[in-house]
Amino acid sequence: MSTTYLATEASNLAVEASGFFLENVWIIPAIMAASFVVILGFGKRMPRGGSEVGIAAVAVCFVLALLTAGQWIGQVNEAAACTPETCDYIVDEHHDAEADADEHHDEEGAFQVDTGVGSSDGESASALTAFTEAEEGSTAAAAKAVVSERTWWSNGGINFTVGTMVDGLTVTLLVVVTLVSLLVHIYSTDYVAGDRRFTHYFGFLSLFTAAMLFFVTSANVLQMIVGWELVGVCSFALIGHWWEEQPNSDAALKAFLTNRVGDIGLLIGMIVLFFASDEKWGIIEINAGAIEGTTSHTLLLIASLCLLAAVMSKSGQFFLHTWLPDAMAGPTPVSALIHAATMVVAGVYLIARLYGVFFHGLSIGGSSINALAVIGAVTTLVGASLAFVQDDIKKVLAYSTISQLGYMTLALGVGAWTAAVFHLTTHALFKACLFLGAGSVSHAVHSFDMKKDMGGMRKFMPTTYKTFLIGSIALAGLPPLAGFWSKDEILAGTGGWGFFEGESHANGAYTIMLVMGMITAAMTAAYMTRVMYLTFFGEFRGGHHDDAHHGDPHESGPRILWPLRILAGLAVVAGLMNLPKGFLGLPSGWTLRFEHYVEPLAATGYFPKISHADPSWSLAIFSTLVVASAVGVAYYYYFVRVNAQSPSATELVNGPTERSRLLKAGHTMLKNRYYLDHIYDGGEPVGAAGANAMGTIFGAAAGLTLGFSLDNGLNQPFWPSVMWGVILGLTIFTIVTAALRTGMGIASVVKQPMANAANWVHENVIDAAVDEVGKNSVKTADALYKYIDQGVIDGSVNAAGRGSQGAGGELRRWSTGKVQQYATVMFAGATLLAGLLIIVI
Amino acid sequence: MYLVQFLILSSVLFCIGVYGVLARRNAVLVLMSIELILNAVNINLIAFGAFNGAAIPAEVFALFIIAVAAAEVGVGLALVLTIYRNSKNIDLHQVDLLKG
Amino acid sequence: MEAFLDDWGLTLVTFVPLVGALVMMATPKEEESAHKMIALGTSLIAAVFGVLLLFNFDYGDAGALQFVVDKEWINVINSRYIVALDGISLPLLILTLGVVPLCIIYSFGHFPEPHNPKAFLSLILVLETGMIGSFIAQDLILFFVFFEVVLLPMFFLIGVWGGDDRRYASLKFFLYTLFGSALMLVSFLALFFLADGTNSTMAGDVVSATERTFDMRLLSTGATAGIARSAQLWVFGGMFIGFGVKVPMFPFHTWLPDAHTQAPTVGSVILAAVLLKLGTYGFVRIAIPFLPEAAAAWAPVIGLLAVIGIIYGALGCLAQTDMKRLIAFSSVAHMGFVMLGISTLTDFGINAAIFGMVAHGLITGMLFFVAGSMKDRYHTLDMGRLGGLLLQAPKLGWILAFAAMASLGLPGLAGFWGEFPAILASYNPAAILNESVWRAFMVVAALGTVLAAGYLLWMVQKTAFGNPTEEFANDPHIRDVSKFEWISWSPFLVLIVVFGFYPNAIFNLTDDAVIGSLEVESVVVLNIDGDPIEVVNANGDVITVANSSGCLEQEDGIDCFNNNRIKAERAAAERLASLETASGN
Repeated sequence: MSTTYLATEASNLAVEASGFFLENVWIIPAIMAASFVVILGFGKRMPRGGSEVGIAAVAVCFVLALLTAGQWIGQVNEAAACTPETCDYIVDEHHDAEADADEHHDEEGAFQVDTGVGSSDGESASALTAFTEAEEGSTAAAAKAVVSERTWWSNGGINFTVGTMVDGLTVTLLVVVTLVSLLVHIYSTDYVAGDRRFTHYFGFLSLFTAAMLFFVTSANVLQMIVGWELVGVCSFALIGHWWEEQPNSDAALKAFLTNRVGDIGLLIGMIVLFFASDEKWGIIEINAGAIEGTTSHTLLLIASLCLLAAVMSKSGQFFLHTWLPDAMAGPTPVSALIHAATMVVAGVYLIARLYGVFFHGLSIGGSSINALAVIGAVTTLVGASLAFVQDDIKKVLAYSTISQLGYMTLALGVGAWTAAVFHLTTHALFKACLFLGAGSVSHAVHSFDMKKDMGGMRKFMPTTYKTFLIGSIALAGLPPLAGFWSKDEILAGTGGWGFFEGESHANGAYTIMLVMGMITAAMTAAYMTRVMYLTFFGEFRGGHHDDAHHGDPHESGPRILWPLRILAGLAVVAGLMNLPKGFLGLPSGWTLRFEHYVEPLAATGYFPKISHADPSWSLAIFSTLVVASAVGVAYYYYFVRVNAQSPSATELVNGPTERSRLLKAGHTMLKNRYYLDHIYDGGEPVGAAGANAMGTIFGAAAGLTLGFSLDNGLNQPFWPSVMWGVILGLTIFTIVTAALRTGMGIASVVKQPMANAANWVHENVIDAAVDEVGKNSVKTADALYKYIDQGVIDGSVNAAGRGSQGAGGELRRWSTGKVQQYATVMFAGATLLAGLLIIVI
Repeated sequence: MYLVQFLILSSVLFCIGVYGVLARRNAVLVLMSIELILNAVNINLIAFGAFNGAAIPAEVFALFIIAVAAAEVGVGLALVLTIYRNSKNIDLHQVDLLKG
Repeated sequence: MEAFLDDWGLTLVTFVPLVGALVMMATPKEEESAHKMIALGTSLIAAVFGVLLLFNFDYGDAGALQFVVDKEWINVINSRYIVALDGISLPLLILTLGVVPLCIIYSFGHFPEPHNPKAFLSLILVLETGMIGSFIAQDLILFFVFFEVVLLPMFFLIGVWGGDDRRYASLKFFLYTLFGSALMLVSFLALFFLADGTNSTMAGDVVSATERTFDMRLLSTGATAGIARSAQLWVFGGMFIGFGVKVPMFPFHTWLPDAHTQAPTVGSVILAAVLLKLGTYGFVRIAIPFLPEAAAAWAPVIGLLAVIGIIYGALGCLAQTDMKRLIAFSSVAHMGFVMLGISTLTDFGINAAIFGMVAHGLITGMLFFVAGSMKDRYHTLDMGRLGGLLLQAPKLGWILAFAAMASLGLPGLAGFWGEFPAILASYNPAAILNESVWRAFMVVAALGTVLAAGYLLWMVQKTAFGNPTEEFANDPHIRDVSKFEWISWSPFLVLIVVFGFYPNAIFNLTDDAVIGSLEVESVVVLNIDGDPIEVVNANGDVITVANSSGCLEQEDGIDCFNNNRIKAERAAAERLASLETASGN
């Protein structure tokens, strides 16, 4: 019973791809940038406030993206049909010399090539025994990424280039970004109609799209940094779109600053990569160096851990995710575009793009748990659990996004690259659908609060209801909608049922990931059922606002509904892009299309040799059962029990959280979002239990992560890693708990009136040590400024001034202005000197 | 004739001059006392020149000093005049323009 | 025309503003419009000459001094009137020539009390002469004179037209800088007596050399080689304090917030845009090329103070309630990045530093302009009382937000290219320096970027977001950007974007010159056998080497280092280490 096949092993040919759109893809971001300038400059004078420019530009970009994608598909097909006679190809000498062109028919009988160019190298013979059937994607010659570059700047004799790199991954993102952006543009013309900053809104949508497209087409990591930061700024501007209200600008600041914290990791990680790979920025060169082993492994490990920090902030991974729910303060279409479908996947894209670095840096191909998988798994659980207790429909979706991003990170962490990118694509479609649906509902009821202002909406908004339902099913992962296929691929990628078998997952280390992913799937299904009930079923609870002229909520207009319909339609069919191998006996030309066109082959030299999980009917059926039963339980709770209590009820009066202390404690903890924000704000005291809990969570997560990844890097066996993890975990636990305890102890002492002295210490010393963020760093800074800067440094300068002034005052009494006194002194001095002269001589 | 006789003369003149500069309150007398000091120096110069046979005749320096002294007296008297015009007084104790 | 520019271009650029100031002295005080025209006219004439120089500059040879004028000046001390321009000076020269006319235009709309355009504008022109002269002087005494000329006009600008506490601030500024200059002068004199000009590789055909010299061309090409190490350290220390005060580096920075806060807007802008650069320019042009060995010894101190400055300046910002004072403290942090780049002693880091100087000049200058204009409208810069600028004066608000974004180092705007390469360079400092130390600096500096985002966005949030406070809600004085403001600001805004997108505009210019300035007369490099060979001098002449092109023989061929001292040194160090392990075995 085999569990894996090694697709990329089979091919050692690479073909240079080319094509007008592939080489000139810079046009796409350039159009959006031009659109930004035009809207900003002339938008206000246009009949539709500049929105027409934005829509036209993004529509053109969408068409261009499709053309680029078409050309790429053509290139891959061409490469697959390549024979030594028909086209120039490059034999990758790193694979080996045995696999020269003549040997294109493989010795292994089980492995029959149909295009006749693929071959396998001898050293992977053991891997090849795992082959069960021939697979077209596995034997095609690899189409190399199209890179076009020119000099950007030079420094210290090094030239830095700017350019584009197009391969399957780029093309996927191009299409997803332009598609969602186009739909969001159209949707927004209705949603933000009449807004006082309508033009500015569309300008920033354009700028965001330009920055995101610039980011995904980057040929080198320096450009990626630029794009990364630019999308961050657009996110800042759009979260704070209604900056008149303090909470909105606070949320914008929080988002930007949290991302800035991650950016430290980004900058340092990229710098380390730059020097580690011999002063090169190119994505291809960096990946190739990592894969060939010319880059130092330690440096790769450091770089990938640093970059992981950036990914954690941008893609909302635990424990830097707290900005994402707050980012919902922005307009809903922005949440759909930026904080669900595109920008937040930038982190996932970064890992996918630099997969060679992460793969080897974190030893993903090795045999034990790594930081990426741990972070992803923890995030997916944390996000899903928090989504349960939100009353704000957008926050549910925000936490759901965090959870799904965790899935993608998890997939990348276990080596299921294609599954991650595939999930990225399907998630973009159905999550955008859900967000826009939520926006449509809130457009009608002027609120996001499900418990207060919604309920029974399916009567008022049938189309929104239907599309939202489709999106929910897709998110929950019920077949045959998009989410099912991609989620299932991730679950299979963790090693599936083959706990202790297979080539790359020999010790079943990823089984824990499978379990966590499965739990999350159940939770996702349950919370989406809850959302469905609270929003669309039961009785309408809103209408208590004083807006009599609105009357009953009504369905939104066509410019809102059509994007919903399109996205819902795509959410239904998108999963078919990557049907599992051998599904229902379909020929290979029908299955795994996404993998075939998107995943770079190892023969290109910049992508690691990864293994692919075999699909498993039993796993798929089991996960479907899990999801279905979760839906069933939630359905029973809400649709039957709660509804029976009263059609307008939102929770059971005497529900489980009331009856069980344990559940209540858990509920409170979730309501407080694991106390993370409390910690970051350094605000209200957390309570001793909170400190312990935080210490445990941080200690366990950070310790295990660190322990595993460090030892992964050193290629230690499994159990020593666990030991290291426990030791590190305990250490960090102790430190965090002690720090929090000290902080709280001091806080409580301060409250006692006798402790004036302690108060002083607290304000000027301890606060500085405990909290570096936010208010407390202001306090520190105040103290620093007041005592050190103004006191010591400036004080010493002033003291010098005052000293000389004092000395001057003293001397002043000697200068009486009487000439004769002066003369007396002078003569006395002269006499003295003369006397000295005589004595000396 | 001994050198020391000249030196004694010049020291006496010098001391009278210093006394005058330090003790007299009348500005004109102070100026005259300064002249005495300068002439004491002149006597010294010429005496040393005559007795030691310097390469350059010492009289040259003496003449210089006389010329400078003349100039100095000119400036000094002008100052005294101005002070007198301003304060109707040439008592040096009353003049403390240099007071800091 | 070209011959004329070669001989007179730099001199004219320097002294035209001074002539303008003299003409203004002769013009009666009442004729304000005449004064304005003369001031603007002369500064524009200087700028036109600057543009001509820009066009006639040989970019292929940006590392060499161009438009050299070398005339007798003070023969007694061998001090000569030498002015010249190269890739390091050019961006700063153009920055100065651009900023001054724009400041003059800006001041037309905002004469601070006590008015008096005649004095105000003529002081600015004198200031311009001093600044330009400092950037092009190639003789230490000439440099020192110009460096000091800058001091007085600024003292009066702050002391006469400044805020409430102006006398304290101006005196503090003056005394602080004078204190630094005194030590600097001592160092210059020490160089005069200790160095031997005839040792220089440039001595002879190009430059006539005397033993005792103030000629910067000689001093930076080996004339100082014979100075004892301990003496070098002391001399460098003097210059370190002199330039460090001007930069200003922590802990010599305390004059800056006061001076900035009290200075009139135009004074703040010139102070931030150009004056602070005199200090860093001094490091790049004088201190490091003259005494490379001492620079290497001092580099850890410079680097440490730089990163302390970054964090300290940022924390200082967070503690401020006054907007202008906040921006002033942010200068301390930004100049920290510049100094960090310099402390790496690599071409990469110093290029980044020069970019950082120009970028900081444009961005912080812009921020001070906006702060000044807000002060004109609100008559306060207390952030607790401000708010809602975007509602009352949207364009002004957006410009503020834009400048803040540029200042926090957003890629795509100029600030990034000063900050990021400096961080990058500190990963890999010169071979003689300790890598781990600079990597620690790198991490701390990267932390500084977060704090920068924090205080700048906090400032924008406090002042521009939200609703206007009651106090100013219906204040008719709060109008949007005026005509004069647009004229003087738009070049800043455009250049911030242009340099952000095309950083090569500056890097390309400075690269050769910086590489040249890091070369020393001779580097001892060992060949395979461990025998010392000497590599190259600044002219590219080979003194004694294993082969004729100044390359080092390696086991697998020959390595050339493009006359780059750092790379050659690194190779030598590696070779030495390998020899030692070989002998150990």
